[in-house]
Formats: sequence, structure tokens, C-alpha cells
Amino acid sequence: MQKRLIVNHQLLEIMVMRLCHQLIENHGDFSDSVIIGLQPRGRQVAQRIQSTLKAILGTTVPTGYLDTTFHRDDFRRRETPLAANATHIDFLIEGKKVILVDDVLYTGRSVRAAMDAMISFGRPANVELLVLIDRLYSRHLPIEPTYVGRRVNSLQSQRVLVEWQGSDTQEDNIWLVTKNEE
Amino acid sequence: MQELSVRHLLGIKDITAEDIQLIFETADNFKDVLNRPIKKVPSLRDITIANVFFENSTRTRLSFELAEKRLSADVINFSSSSSSVKKGETLLDTVNNILAMKVDMIVMRHSSPGAPHFLSRHIDANIVNAGDGTHEHPTQALLDSFSIREKLGDVAGKKVVIIGDILHSRVALSNIFALQKLGAEVMVCGPVTLLPKYIKELGVKVEFDVRKALDWCDVANVLRIQLERQQMKYFPSLREYTLYYGIDKKMLDSLDKQIVLMHPGPINRGVELSSDAADSHHSIILNQVENGVAIRMAVLYLLASRK
Repeated sequence: MQKRLIVNHQLLEIMVMRLCHQLIENHGDFSDSVIIGLQPRGRQVAQRIQSTLKAILGTTVPTGYLDTTFHRDDFRRRETPLAANATHIDFLIEGKKVILVDDVLYTGRSVRAAMDAMISFGRPANVELLVLIDRLYSRHLPIEPTYVGRRVNSLQSQRVLVEWQGSDTQEDNIWLVTKNEE
Repeated sequence: MQELSVRHLLGIKDITAEDIQLIFETADNFKDVLNRPIKKVPSLRDITIANVFFENSTRTRLSFELAEKRLSADVINFSSSSSSVKKGETLLDTVNNILAMKVDMIVMRHSSPGAPHFLSRHIDANIVNAGDGTHEHPTQALLDSFSIREKLGDVAGKKVVIIGDILHSRVALSNIFALQKLGAEVMVCGPVTLLPKYIKELGVKVEFDVRKALDWCDVANVLRIQLERQQMKYFPSLREYTLYYGIDKKMLDSLDKQIVLMHPGPINRGVELSSDAADSHHSIILNQVENGVAIRMAVLYLLASRK
């Protein structure tokens, strides 16, 4: 297995900061806006965006986590069954501007599932998508992000891995992982 | 990424403690879904489920049907009273005819113990046992343990007594298996004629005095006297049964601790439980019914992912 660093921790910090300022440009004081992180990996991105926005604006933007497992279209078509995660959204999104947040945008299918799942919590005024990494030329559905950290070209056999500082790693990094053939 | 170790849910005896935990974790998520304004998810939208009931049922059948609809499955219902079974068709023929209409899963209740096990050897579809005679009723046991877990935090280490007609109860047997797999201590309590002769072989305590049983337990699961299954007299009269084994609120209040009162339904008020006990704060009977839908959604969802 080969790992190539595509975003190091300094770059990631700048990237998150830039994304936050882009959000502020469109959402102002965030009075009608909410952040929804897609479980499992969008959760930490959403937390990071929320805390950075709090540092800049001083306000806490309502943030929830949405699990899309039961709305996916590949149920019974996968080799391994999907494990569900908790959904935690303690606000209504009726009439709100929703910012969906995920780490990597690949085929677009989980975002499609998320838009379906989200409707259970009300009808949003509009929905935007924020991703750290956009894997180009790999979409199965006409879904494009509103805010992008970085666009990367990658092979189907490769995988983008976002690591957050925590129990198993020292610092935030984004890797492009290639599995060896032999 | 986990999956069940079985393709069918025939009984608790055949599944592992990990299976039960996986069902509980999945049911937690479905319970969350059931408390949303929109209580439906599209997971099983390409799956057809037949509810095949050869025996009467209200709660279980409605609960399964609701669970299937909440998962967006297509549902067909079958009851033996209004079908060709009356004309002499065999079980296997009946089910094969249903399957010929491209049905993916069968939820079956039957009065003969082992009927779903027999089917599982002959057909391809996933089978969920919704009660087979006096043998097992796995989803009831799962929702009972799930309700205990929800009320007391965990099942392991809890003392659970099952009171009443153990001999004729599939709920009792499934509950014993489930509770033991989850690490609870189990006691059965009832008149000696209504306890199976070799029940101790299952590793449960036996008690004939209901008061002592209540003093011992954290949870009391009270069963109905199944008069329809009793071919002979097991006790002199219902009145006498109530005198010795009936539970009322006075009795619950006189205990020096708070216990949890459960009943799989239907309740015969005034026989095994007095009305004031059934409606008291001890009782989680309606929570059991609520949890039933989430548990059945979890079971159907997890079995459907096993092709």
C-alpha cells in the first residue's frame, strides 16, 4: 500500500479557514443557516467548520449529523452490509439554508441519499454542499459541490483518506492511498 | 460492517449474543427514525414480504406490517382462516405458491412447533418466525430484552423472573435463551403443573412462590394463561390461579425496591395482572409494543442484507 500526502496539516488549516470565509460570504451571520455533517466521516469536518466559524464570528451555528445508511441505493448490492450510525439533528431544517458537509465527494451517491434522508427533517430553503476533497471525473450522478477544499485526479482503485488529529494520528493530513497490485 | 450469522430468524437458540447486539444497535437507529416527523425510510423498497399467519395475532401482525411499511417494503397478508388451507393445501404448497409470486421474505406464525424450521430447509426466501406453537417467538424476546436494556441500561447482570404459564409459552422459551445470552439471571415462577418438567436443564432458577420471586427480581415478565393451548386442567380454577399468582399494585408497592413490570400481551386483566398494576408506573408494557416495531425493522433490514 502506497500513501501520498496530498494535503498536510498546515494546508488543511488554511483550507478550512478559506472554506469558512467563503461560507460567511454567502451566509452572513448564519441566522437562517445550519450545518449537517454526513456520517460517519463528514462529522469531524462539520465539527471543524463549526468551531472555526465560532472563532471567526463568535456565534455557534447549529450543527447536526445525518446518517444516510437506510436511504442508500446500494443496499443488497454490496459485498459487505452497511452499518448504520446515529443521526443527531435537534433542530428543524424547515425553511433553513442547509450546508451539507462531507470529507470526500466521489460518486455522489451518498450525497443523493443524504438529500433524501434530510427531507425527513423538513423542507429546506436551499441546500449547498461543502467537501474537502472533490475527486474529479468519477461522478455517477449530476451532483457538484458548492464549496471545495481541493480537486484531485485519482484512479478508481485509489482511495482518499482524511485523518484527523486524535487517538491514532498526531496531526491532520489528507492522503491518497494506492493499493499495491502484487 | 457486521452482519447476522444466520439467513433466517427461526429462534433465539440459533443466534449469537453478537447477533442480538447488532439487532439492538440497528433497532436504536430505527427507533430514532420512528420518532421523526417522517417515519419512513426507503431501505427495502425493492423487497416483497409476505406475512403468513396460520394463527391469530393482533400485536405481532400489526407490528410486523408497520415495520415492513416503515421500511418501504411491499407487503402481502395471508391468514389461514380465509385461504385455501381450509381446502386441504399443505404448508409447503401454500408457501411455494406465495413464493412463485416473487416474494423475498416470509414472516410466519404457525401453531406447530418447528414449522418455520421445516420451511427453511425447503425454500429460498428469508424466514422470520413470528411464533411457532409452544416453541419460540424470537422477535418478542428481542423486544423484551431491548426494553429492559432501554429501561435499566443493560441486560447483563439483571435478575429477570418469568411468571405464569411457562409450559405453553413460546415467549418464555425465547426469553430464557435471549436473557441468558445477554448475561441476565433468569428465574421461572408458576404453579408446578405449568412448569416444564426439565426446565432446570436450561439453567434457570425455579420458584413456586410469586412473592419470593418478586422480592428476588429486577424485572418481572408476566405471561398470560394460554387456555386455548391447554388440553386438560392444570389448576382448579382461574380464580384460584389469580389468588396465588395474580399480581396487583399493592403487592408491587409493598416491595422494598422498584421493579420493572412487563407483559407480552394480550393481558387478561384481573387474572395474571390487576388493572392497577398493569397501568402503574412499574409497567413498561406499552414501551414494549413501541419497541416491537423498531426491533422488527432491524430484524427485517439485517436479514434482507443477507442475500
